[in-house]
Amino acid sequence: MKGGGLRAYALVYLLFLYAPILLLPIFAFNSGTIIAFPLKGVTTEWFAQMWGNASLRRALTNSLLIAVSSSILATCLGVFAARASTRFAFPGKGPIMGLIMLPLVLPEIIVSISLLVVLLSLGVQLSILTVILGHTLICMPYATVILSTAFNSLDRSLEEAAYDLGETRISAFRLVILPLVMPGIISSLLMSFTISLDEFIIAFFLAGNEPTLPTYIFSQLRFPKQIPMIMALGTVLVLMSILLLTIAEYFRRRGIAKTGAKDTGGFL
Amino acid sequence: MASGNRSQTAQGLALVAPPLGYAVLVLAAPLLTILAYSFFKDGYLTVVREFTLENYRTVWSDPIFHKIMLRSLGVAALVTLATVVLAFPVAYFLSFAVSPQKKAMWLFLITIPFWTSYLIRVFLWKVILGYNGVINSGLKTLGLIEQPLTFILYNVNAMVITLAHAYAPFAILPIFIALEKIDRSLLEAGRDLGESRAVTFWRVTLPLAMPGVVAAALIVFIPTIGDYVTPALIGGGKIPMIANMIQAQMLDLDNRPMGSALAVTAMLIVAVISLAFVALNRRFLGVRQ
Repeated sequence: MKGGGLRAYALVYLLFLYAPILLLPIFAFNSGTIIAFPLKGVTTEWFAQMWGNASLRRALTNSLLIAVSSSILATCLGVFAARASTRFAFPGKGPIMGLIMLPLVLPEIIVSISLLVVLLSLGVQLSILTVILGHTLICMPYATVILSTAFNSLDRSLEEAAYDLGETRISAFRLVILPLVMPGIISSLLMSFTISLDEFIIAFFLAGNEPTLPTYIFSQLRFPKQIPMIMALGTVLVLMSILLLTIAEYFRRRGIAKTGAKDTGGFL
Repeated sequence: MASGNRSQTAQGLALVAPPLGYAVLVLAAPLLTILAYSFFKDGYLTVVREFTLENYRTVWSDPIFHKIMLRSLGVAALVTLATVVLAFPVAYFLSFAVSPQKKAMWLFLITIPFWTSYLIRVFLWKVILGYNGVINSGLKTLGLIEQPLTFILYNVNAMVITLAHAYAPFAILPIFIALEKIDRSLLEAGRDLGESRAVTFWRVTLPLAMPGVVAAALIVFIPTIGDYVTPALIGGGKIPMIANMIQAQMLDLDNRPMGSALAVTAMLIVAVISLAFVALNRRFLGVRQ
């Protein structure tokens, strides 16, 4: 059977990909205060410390607010972009879609610095609102890609049947198209939520004095005493992202099955 | 029919207007502002709106900029090379050896680490590679080394390893997609015409996979060069890359015209290199048709 050596290589590669994540829980439960081997003993103290930490809780609240708002905004904008690009032909489509997808290939430092300069010169107060502005922008291309797949696999005759049966364009969209792309919408919401929750650069520049989870983590990494707690936090975050991604993947596949298309693979 | 087309156009434009408007306001306008700022003069705490090329002259003649830009390019090139070379066999395995039902599962497994906290992953590489890190203490316990290995400590090598890990899925997916598109009968034809498996790979599979490889290289190269976190955490702030330099100019020194000129110059350099890559892509696509 072919692929013996390749399979072994792929497994080693997978181990390389997972190496840092596998270390997280090890250090999160290690009672030593220094993040190094040999390990000391088992403790859940770091999790308790994490639970009782007020500034962490504030960062979490901020991050959740930002992630929920930007995922909803980005998905709404993504629905428009995906519907326009998959169903209609219009002049300047290439450049327009190019601009919408641009944040995908632009280094985040450029996006955040330029946005920061404009906001400061307009005299806008930096807050979690400005972070939502930035996160919506970088989540929009991901939402558009996911939703385009969903809209692309739609059978157009279903929509035409609705028109023939007397539905208006809006009611046809609500009654026929929306339910069919619903799995795509949920998948896009979860994906944008995950991206926003983990995004550091934009939050770092645009949040002003408000902490978000990543900027809080970044500020704590300088203090060796805080690191075991950060490891505990990381363990929780990793578990949460895996859970969210599994749900997103489930809905993505269900969406593909619903419209009878062929599964072409991953998120990117 | 003509009116149908016009209403198609109108509907399409009406639909795309909200996301387009958002992208123009939050992305295009700020980018143009940066471009304009780069031609302005820096007054103390203000920006003097007077046209000048001085910022660019300073950037291009600044030896620190040369050093940091070259370092960023070098790191990004090494990371790109490492990720693409390491990812190709995995993509090949996924496309040719994994059964179709299991492909989605493998892709899912590969993308999961990418979606977990970037900061913590970067920090953990510091833990793995550091002075008392996993590798050094492990090798010491095994008695293989006396002193910690220093070539992986807080330097460019450590940055390359960390970034190569962070961008690995980006490299696998485009190559995998290109390999999936290859018509399998072409490979059989190659074998039937008496070529060995290796020669078939070299003369059929690899040229056909090349567009994916070029796309992967681009997709890794561009974000890597603008990475801020890895130099800050792994390099300990002592080996900055271009993003750190832009941030320092913009915020720490509060010289916005200079920071803008730096950002525009860096973007231009990246764009030129990317266009060269795209030209390469065209050539290989041309071979295909």
